Amino acid sequence: MSDFDLIVIGAGAAGSRAAMEATKAGAKILLLDEQAEAGGQVWRAKSPSIISAPKTPETIAGDKLRSDLKLENILHIVNARVWQIEKNNDDLWNIGYLNNGHLHNVTCKAIIAATGAQERVIPVTGSQLPGVIGLAAATALFKQHLTTPGKQTIVAGCGPLLIFTAYEILRLGGKVCAIISLNSKTNWAKASIDMMTRPDLLWRGATWFAKITAARIPIYWQSTVTEIIGETHIESVNISAIDANWSATSHGQKNNIKADSLCMGHGLNPAIEATKLADATHIYSPELGGWHVKTDDFGRTDKAGLYAAGDNAGIYGAGAAPYRGKLAAIAALQFLNIGKTQNTDKLVAKMKSAAKFGLATTKLTILRKGMIENTQQTAIICRCEAVSRQQLEAEISSGAHSPNAIKSGTRCGMGPCGGRYCNDVAALINQTISGKTRQQIGLTTSRPPIRPLPISAIAQNFDYDDLPIPAPAPL
Amino acid sequence: MTKNYDIAIIGGGIMGCATALHLAQAGMSVILLEKDDIGQGASGVNAGTLSLQIKRVKLMPYALKGHHEWQKMGDKVGFVKTGGYTLAFNEREAKLLEERMNLKREAGANIEFVSPQILHKNEPNITKKIVAVSYCADDGYANSSLTGQYYRNLLNHSSVDYFEQSQIIKIDQSDKGFNVHTANPQYKAKRLLLAGGGWMKQAAALLDIDLPIQARVNTVSVTERSPKLISNVIGHATGLLTMKQKANGSILIGGGWQGTGTPNDGRGKVHSQTVIPNIQLGQYALPALSALRIIRSWTGFEANVPDFYPLAGALGNVPNAYILGCVRGGFTIGPYISKLMGDFILGNELELPLFDPNRQFTQTGK
Ligand SMILES: Cc1cc2nc3c(=O)[nH]c(=O)nc-3n(C[C@H](O)[C@H](O)[C@H](O)COP(=O)(O)OP(=O)(O)OC[C@H]3O[C@@H](n4cnc5c(N)ncnc54)[C@H](O)[C@@H]3O)c2cc1C
Ligand SMILES: Cc1cc2nc3c(=O)[nH]c(=O)nc-3n(C[C@H](O)[C@H](O)[C@H](O)COP(=O)(O)OP(=O)(O)OC[C@H]3O[C@@H](n4cnc5c(N)ncnc54)[C@H](O)[C@@H]3O)c2cc1C
Repeated sequence: MSDFDLIVIGAGAAGSRAAMEATKAGAKILLLDEQAEAGGQVWRAKSPSIISAPKTPETIAGDKLRSDLKLENILHIVNARVWQIEKNNDDLWNIGYLNNGHLHNVTCKAIIAATGAQERVIPVTGSQLPGVIGLAAATALFKQHLTTPGKQTIVAGCGPLLIFTAYEILRLGGKVCAIISLNSKTNWAKASIDMMTRPDLLWRGATWFAKITAARIPIYWQSTVTEIIGETHIESVNISAIDANWSATSHGQKNNIKADSLCMGHGLNPAIEATKLADATHIYSPELGGWHVKTDDFGRTDKAGLYAAGDNAGIYGAGAAPYRGKLAAIAALQFLNIGKTQNTDKLVAKMKSAAKFGLATTKLTILRKGMIENTQQTAIICRCEAVSRQQLEAEISSGAHSPNAIKSGTRCGMGPCGGRYCNDVAALINQTISGKTRQQIGLTTSRPPIRPLPISAIAQNFDYDDLPIPAPAPL
Repeated sequence: MTKNYDIAIIGGGIMGCATALHLAQAGMSVILLEKDDIGQGASGVNAGTLSLQIKRVKLMPYALKGHHEWQKMGDKVGFVKTGGYTLAFNEREAKLLEERMNLKREAGANIEFVSPQILHKNEPNITKKIVAVSYCADDGYANSSLTGQYYRNLLNHSSVDYFEQSQIIKIDQSDKGFNVHTANPQYKAKRLLLAGGGWMKQAAALLDIDLPIQARVNTVSVTERSPKLISNVIGHATGLLTMKQKANGSILIGGGWQGTGTPNDGRGKVHSQTVIPNIQLGQYALPALSALRIIRSWTGFEANVPDFYPLAGALGNVPNAYILGCVRGGFTIGPYISKLMGDFILGNELELPLFDPNRQFTQTGK
């Protein structure tokens, strides 16, 4: 007997919808999320200490999602951090999570992993200086705390979060000194054709641009940050024009711009720790944000009883996420033999149409092959373990080729973040030496805990005599 | 014409690499084939404990020599001689400790019993619930993550030809020697050494030999970095806990608790029901662990035969084929027993005897 029919990991746009759909059909479900409230990244809730603030399309959609979840009476545990996923002897999934300092184990027949995405930042010298944060991280700061990252902020990188971040800083009364965009104006013009599928969102984007233009913020198109300068905190930023491959050109325009903060991001990577730990097959596709769990339109992975919905199965974006959540729930219900079969053609069509917008924005963030050339030898790639590009290159050149081997030799990815933020960049560097494709290079072995696990939670009220200590080792 | 090597070695763990280097140095032409990466099997993921207190009595002479080899390898493998304490928390364990450590001392290990006061003077953070303690000044650890890097660099500077991502899937024998097949190229060699670690049963099966090998799935966990909490390697009377604080401040917790999975599918899986009591036992010994977080747990495969002694020698029914593996405490003993194996293949006189793989296996349990 399992505790639940279905456990949904992640209460963002995709996971919340999946949970509602499955509950409506009568499945016994549990929704787990490590945040204090549902909403995930796009629809992140404000911190409760902020009482009144102007509504935005995100807060409106998020509030609706949160009230819908309450209406459905869904068993949603907040502040629940999943650390372990394994199969037990009865072929049920066993999920370990941490909640309020306690460990819990629950079993289920099916899982929907809806763990979203995380930010990708291609570092340069100085990226680790205080005052430098990611674009996506900055949007989280705006949404939750309504604060800006500094007094004089440079916004750099690619894709829609670049423009959104600049706009949000202005809206919250901050000052943007410059926008450094890898994308050209033409890239944006081309993308907006695909974005016509969501005229409302395209219109919103246009209003962001309008606000930025009105504020007379200099935009450096087709440019990149080449170095971040400062002793103990960011003081200024060197920028350069780039070529068609996004590599800083030697003859192109260079500038130094003073700032006390920099928001820099280069797109999103699917958050795949959970599905990797569950042994599903993953594939690499740049147009979907890189490595993602392989699914069909219904979120079916190649592991029986394991489904994935939302950005972890490819960055299809916030618009498609609820549909993908619903479709994954339908597939899981079918597997569980709960509810009746329904015609899903319309839903699939809606999902695909919504995905067009997300895919167009993801396309703006596909890294071109010259980008990694902008990362200096001394730049820190793994921040947890302070591993530089130089160290990685030496290890790879001496014959360490697989991500596991490179990690062992350099410690790149061995810290608390588990390589979530550096594996991607390490593989880009590996490519420049080995010439292999990202698919050939592969991934590191996935290991629990997928989030650091406090020993205080593990070692609570146990009785020494109850420890199942096996027979002593042979003498 | 493909080159006919003097010997082909299957497996790039400590056993395969160290034997390859020894044979190449003696002038043999050696090819080493590794299915994944050099030093990413047990040799690259083990707990790195170099402790005489957890070695088997009969293997003590090999472990003592092994310690000497690690000392020579030094900084490149993160070797540190810290000393080690083994703890007993109740009378039953105290009795076990006394019995076991006396035998190990007789076998040549520099082990003494010390008072809990001495333990607490040197290790103030260890629990006060101690009934008995033994100490060995020779104990220490090395950093197993560096095994691959270390041996790859030596191989690069030797005459050994080595290929990674080259799994041996078929072996043909003839009176001239062996044809070993990977998915793509084949290689010819006059002799063969199986050093397949946890995959040894499958490797021997390629020669139609069925060995009573079982793979164990050992678990290790590591904490985030911490200010200094312990200076010695800490063990438990049963042998089911090893704990050390590395130079970077992280604490490694092992002891051979069993994960799940088999060598036929992946790298094994951490099992909540064993990793949790493993960490609890560690926290019982070192209560201050409660302030830290586990950042990673993992598993590795270790092969064993029923008597838990090594397979090290010539495979009786296949001429010119040898095997080296199933060495309990193989990280400690590996660099030394590999030299013995090399000497055996070269026909040199052996400093210590090897372990006949054609013996009748009797069950040793505990
Ligand atoms: C920081 C950030 C900011 C973003 N801002 C925007 C934006 O402003 N506008 C926009 O259109 N898109 C934004 N995106 C993209 C956006 O995340 C997605 O398109 C959309 O949220 C996808 O929905 P989802 O349900 O797949 O993932 P999410 O909404 O991200 O939901 C995933 C949820 O899973 C939870 N989770 C993950 N792992 C675990 C675990 N181990 N245990 C428990 N819970 C877990 C997370 O807490 C999160 O709530 C942002 C992405 C990021 C990373
Ligand atoms: C988690 C763990 C903790 C341990 N802790 C300690 C400790 O603290 N102290 C200690 O002394 N010992 C310890 N040990 C034991 C020690 O690690 C091993 O005994 C030793 O590393 C074995 O070395 P090996 O070369 O025989 O095996 P491995 O290192 O596993 O090497 C065998 C290699 O052969 C390759 N291979 C297998 N089949 C084929 C094929 N068909 N074709 C090509 N290649 C093949 C494999 O890929 C592998 O790389 C531990 C073991 C584990 C698993």
